[in-house]
Amino acid sequence: MLRLAARRLLGLVPTLFVIVTLSFFVIRLAPGGPFDDEQTLPPEIKANLEAAYGLDQPVATQYLRYLQSLSHGDFGPSFKFKDFSVTELIGQGLPLSLTLGLAAVLLALALGVPLGAFAALRQNGALDYSVMAFAVLGVALPGFVIGPLLALVFGLHLRWLPVAGWSPGEWRYLVLPALTLALPVIAYIARLTRGSLLEVLRSNFVRTARAKGLPERIVLWRHAIRPALLPVVSYLGPASAFVMTGSLVVETVFGLPGSGRYLVQGAINRDYTLVMGMIIVYGSLMLVLNLIADLLYGWLDPRVRYE
Amino acid sequence: MSDPSRGFWIDAARRLLRHRAAVVAGALIVLVTLLAAFGPAWSPHRFDAIDWENMGIAPGSTNAHWLGTDRLGRDLFVRTLQGVQISLQIGLLATLVSLCIGVAWGAIAGYVGGRLDEWMMRVVDVLYSLPYIFIVIILSTLFDRGNIQVLFLAIGAVGWLTMARIVRGQALSLRKREFIEAAIATGVSTPAIVWRHVVPNVVGPVIVYATLTIPQMILFESFLSFLGLGVQEPQASLGSLINEGAQEMESAAWLLLVPAAFLVTLLTCFNFLGDGLRDALDPREQ
Repeated sequence: MLRLAARRLLGLVPTLFVIVTLSFFVIRLAPGGPFDDEQTLPPEIKANLEAAYGLDQPVATQYLRYLQSLSHGDFGPSFKFKDFSVTELIGQGLPLSLTLGLAAVLLALALGVPLGAFAALRQNGALDYSVMAFAVLGVALPGFVIGPLLALVFGLHLRWLPVAGWSPGEWRYLVLPALTLALPVIAYIARLTRGSLLEVLRSNFVRTARAKGLPERIVLWRHAIRPALLPVVSYLGPASAFVMTGSLVVETVFGLPGSGRYLVQGAINRDYTLVMGMIIVYGSLMLVLNLIADLLYGWLDPRVRYE
Repeated sequence: MSDPSRGFWIDAARRLLRHRAAVVAGALIVLVTLLAAFGPAWSPHRFDAIDWENMGIAPGSTNAHWLGTDRLGRDLFVRTLQGVQISLQIGLLATLVSLCIGVAWGAIAGYVGGRLDEWMMRVVDVLYSLPYIFIVIILSTLFDRGNIQVLFLAIGAVGWLTMARIVRGQALSLRKREFIEAAIATGVSTPAIVWRHVVPNVVGPVIVYATLTIPQMILFESFLSFLGLGVQEPQASLGSLINEGAQEMESAAWLLLVPAAFLVTLLTCFNFLGDGLRDALDPREQ
């Protein structure tokens, strides 16, 4: 198991390398540079600035230099947020972004699985239909619609929770953002759980368990639920990727000082190093989370273990 | 085989019509499309015209503006419909781009097989593991911002992977069929076989998946426009309108609710239509 994990982890390195290389060259192809819209700099000063950051060198040289500093774990200085290194900027925002993402995934699991299970147990009942309707709608509602709507209802009208903003350690500020991120995931997990539990409940081993005279409670919780949750586990990888991209929007909507906003700001400002840093950090996080979900799946399902 | 058996398509159409939700969804899509195409012409206002006397007017409070105006006095009815137009255009064009790449890639990989297949699918796997939204964000910076003529290229260029996988799977199973063997035996060239015999036979799944791709592409576009990376002022797309509306929702909730309602309706309808088409074109699933 450990050896497999290590091998798969090493397998991520080429993918990460492709991401770094691809995004490095593509973003440099984009028109405009980081110092373009600073109130019309005299050309000499602009040239000096570009020389200071090594932007006057050929792209290939810049690329090799960047890889070299990356290998020391250095993401370089930010072009727009002067006096800050990219590592500092991302490091400041990342804990909040991770807390938000983790809260959203946990919330989605805590609500999605029971909803789906109850819907499956009362198939074609009123609860089942409302869960399925919610599942269809939830998947179609993007975060940048849900977020403002939730803020409008719970923040402005009911005044239960703050509309936006952040103060450290105050969980109330995280409720609406986490819910916004989690809603589509809840919907999808509920649908997955319902579908697979219905299938499992019809399978032979469940019939055997019932025939042995086991109480329904034990049939469900000891025998049926574990195989029924496998699709949910394999969805956790895509779900965490979804939550991380969603946090780009949610942090904007709710004015949270996470790290997600740096990707968009960086792309608009042509802040090359900041964009690269964000892509590397978020990209590797996604790859690792996907890997963890994969390994978890293998650990839960004995059928895939000996492949 | 050159004439796709008509019975299948008639059966499929019948199955689709029995699918209530899909029929309603399809009708709504047609309605919204027509409204977006002709609605702005009914209104006396232009999408970027400023009405200095009616700024930030709520819907229904004046007859001049059916859905009210934004902070700058621009007519929301016209702006929303113009946004629907742009979102639909980009969604359809991006789907078309991803369709062309995906079908060609998948059909060639699946039919030719062997080393080429392995290599082509490895490319798909690597691209799959990349965080696509990042690629879209980076690609969207490639073009001057607001250049919607090429925005759909950026979005479509990352959306073809699943299509390629689906088509490849179909093409793999077609390879062994008699009519393909017959074509090979009569000396038809490989490109001609792919184009005339493989591609027409994957139309069903391709239609289904394309219908489900359109809402994703609309969503991408709105996502980018919401973040300020897509369509730029004074033009509007549903995403940028929702962004403007979200900033003003304390005083003018309708600016958020109107475009949001259009976006959610479109996305839900395309999803329902896709589900209905899947049931109709793939009877095995039932």
